[in-house]
Amino acid sequence: MDKKHCVKLSVQPSRALVDEKFIVLVQNAPPGFQMTIHSLHHSEDGHSWEAFGHYTADATGTVNVSQDHSVGGTYSGVEPMGLLWSLRPVPGSKSWLRFRKMNVETPMEVAISVYQGHQTVFVDQVQLASVVAERWYMAPGVRRIPVTESDLTATLFLPPGPGPFPGVLDLWGGAGQLVEYRSALLASHGFASLALDYLTPKITLKTGKMVKDDYFETAYKFLQQHPKVSGCRIAMMGLSYSTSITLKMAIYSEVMKLSCAVCTSGSHVQPVNGSVEDIFKMFHSNSEKARFTEEKQAIYRDLLLPIPTDPGMKLDVGRLQCPLLLIVGEDDQNWAAPEFAQDIKEMMEQAGNSHLLTLLSYPNTGHLIEPPYLPHARASRFKSVGSNEMLVVLWGGDTVAHSRAQEDAWRKTLAFLRENLYSRKNSIAPVREI
Amino acid sequence: MPYTDPPILSVYPSRALVDEAFKVLVENLPPGCPVTVHSLHLSEDDNYWEAYGHYISDHRGSVSVSEDVSFGGTYTGKEPMGLLWSLRPVPGSRQGLRLRKMNVCTPMLVNISVHCGHLVEAFRDQTPLASVLTERWYMAPGVKRIDIRERGMRGTLFIPPGPGPFPGLLDLWGGGGGLLEHRAALLASHGFVSLALEYLTSGEIPTARLDYNYFEKAFNIIQDHPLVTPDRVGIFGLSLGSFVTFNLAAKSTIINPRCCVCISGFHCHPYRSMGEMIQTNLNKLHVDENNYQIWRDMSLPIPSDISKKVDMGKIKCPLLLVCGHDDQSYPAVELAEDIAQMVHAAGKDHLLTKVFYHGTGHMIEPPYSPHFRATTFMAKTKPKVILLWGGQTKPHSDAQEDSWKKILAFLQHHLYSTPNPRAKM
Repeated sequence: MDKKHCVKLSVQPSRALVDEKFIVLVQNAPPGFQMTIHSLHHSEDGHSWEAFGHYTADATGTVNVSQDHSVGGTYSGVEPMGLLWSLRPVPGSKSWLRFRKMNVETPMEVAISVYQGHQTVFVDQVQLASVVAERWYMAPGVRRIPVTESDLTATLFLPPGPGPFPGVLDLWGGAGQLVEYRSALLASHGFASLALDYLTPKITLKTGKMVKDDYFETAYKFLQQHPKVSGCRIAMMGLSYSTSITLKMAIYSEVMKLSCAVCTSGSHVQPVNGSVEDIFKMFHSNSEKARFTEEKQAIYRDLLLPIPTDPGMKLDVGRLQCPLLLIVGEDDQNWAAPEFAQDIKEMMEQAGNSHLLTLLSYPNTGHLIEPPYLPHARASRFKSVGSNEMLVVLWGGDTVAHSRAQEDAWRKTLAFLRENLYSRKNSIAPVREI
Repeated sequence: MPYTDPPILSVYPSRALVDEAFKVLVENLPPGCPVTVHSLHLSEDDNYWEAYGHYISDHRGSVSVSEDVSFGGTYTGKEPMGLLWSLRPVPGSRQGLRLRKMNVCTPMLVNISVHCGHLVEAFRDQTPLASVLTERWYMAPGVKRIDIRERGMRGTLFIPPGPGPFPGLLDLWGGGGGLLEHRAALLASHGFVSLALEYLTSGEIPTARLDYNYFEKAFNIIQDHPLVTPDRVGIFGLSLGSFVTFNLAAKSTIINPRCCVCISGFHCHPYRSMGEMIQTNLNKLHVDENNYQIWRDMSLPIPSDISKKVDMGKIKCPLLLVCGHDDQSYPAVELAEDIAQMVHAAGKDHLLTKVFYHGTGHMIEPPYSPHFRATTFMAKTKPKVILLWGGQTKPHSDAQEDSWKKILAFLQHHLYSTPNPRAKM
């Protein structure tokens, strides 16, 4: 039986944004044919990642990954995007890797292939068919503009079109660097997004001094004054470390008038008048509270616990005047984000502004809640800014639940931003299915 | 000044193959708002093409080009892809322009925008409410493009991604000459190793007698490729390319195509060249009110003498014929019926499938390509000749969409699915 001619594989769409779904379809296989559908990606840093599912063709010789059950592999059940979110380093890879695409101008290329039978090792296997899917961070027409004025180290991503667009100030966590992929995606959804490096910007590398609050206010003003940005529709987004900064700016800054804020996996516990450096020092002064797993992975969630009662050590979220989307993973092993979120909620209820709060709390989900359909790292090598030590840090999360949380949280984040930045109406604006 | 909420415009998918449909959606408009959705493309030869539709937003402030009706513009009615197939040169452009992408490695970029009100002109002078860019690709990710310059051939080979082996296709264009890659690139994106073959130099009158050895060698090159299954290679021709295909299918003793697709073909060409054809039939060469040449009568009446035609009773493989009733360069439907008679007389009806479309002209291209009713032909030689191809934009575009689906299904069936065809006959 000429099997090779029978099997036809397609991925639709073959070029998509990173947060868009695809449909993987195998046709013309013999009915009842057992096959493995496999994905392979070579990342920028030279590692290989793979995922696979075990399927059986139906009576018409078809397997549709969006509708059929995988009975084994790196994911099981009906998982349309399992071939992406369950990607993991191939056997023999260095351990504790984390997937991060730093060059957002090129797509992530994923080879999707079909193998005969239910395989688990692919090195010497012959493929029946193979296609390539491109996953893009930037939609066509999105412009990437490096920003260095006013001593900022940032990248602005502008959507295509005349504008003006609502703006987002986009900050990441404790590893520093200029991380662009979320901003690139936000611009692909119509937001002028400024990815800001605040831990390792050129000014800090040059002077050895960490930035102060005015750095963030400068970034805000840059956005506000930009001809393509609607100055009165600016949001701020933080994850982990930068949640602290985002909350602080949202509550206390005289300069920044945010339309809304999104805070993921973070905390309101910090010296109220403290700078970025003070927040860092606070962590380091509690470092003896770090615990380690048997595999020597560092658990940092206890560092800021117990939640202080001293009001000088907690941002006064009762004074917040803009909508806040708070996203936490209940299995966060790096920050006690669920406990902080609970405290924030209570403070806001007491102050009477809890109608501004939307809290998304995801079971079995870890610290790194990122855009969807990308590999999950339960633990990875991490070097915090200001430290010389490369450790393996436990982030938490069980891959299936964490991946579902990322998909849900991202969709809700986009809807939240749309509602608060695109429309002043109270009703939720219609959102296109992604 | 009151600040109005900005509308949100999206095209999904934002990157697609040229034969894939997209959804254009406008949201966040005021309800009941008249808008114009506009498309703009700057071609490789620096001409602007545009299309537009007039819409009215619903109570939620949305316009969906896939679902809603256009009340005016370059297309009307419910037309999800009207913004592409009704593209036409902007006012002030030269006559006889044709939109063709020569570099298939990069996408066709189309700017889609939404304007306030129902506009009919001067789009470039107005700032739109929103605009996005969409990419239309001829090559799917992973398709490889290889220049072929061997054994005297000049062509481009496109190979689908994957281990193969794949069926193959020899892709032949018409008398305009040159090396046109876009259809072969698209066919490779659908799983066929495709060779776009140049057999006439662009812009020159086809004077040379066609050398069938050249085509047989090209066919062999495909068969010999390590990623091709040698007994699953077909031929795809348009216009003069169809004429070549008929000859190969009926007469070649060297090659055995598995199946053939012929668009707008003719099987009678008892001349040494097109130049001779024109000279012999000058009295039947008409022009229309724009001075565009109408060639179709030069091929009528169809001779009954079989020595003046390709003996189509001799074909040995399945053949799909696609033609338009409004073809003004060749009487394609009459010719196809003549072919059908010859095939029928030889008892080979089961090999032939004919598909004819009303309101459709000669240049039947992959779907959503803009329709051109008349274009420059043989531009390099004498004073520019503009040939009338025929077709009305809407039915011609429908025919392109429908015929492509049928062509792909036909190729899929004969080149991928069926077992050895000899068993069938």
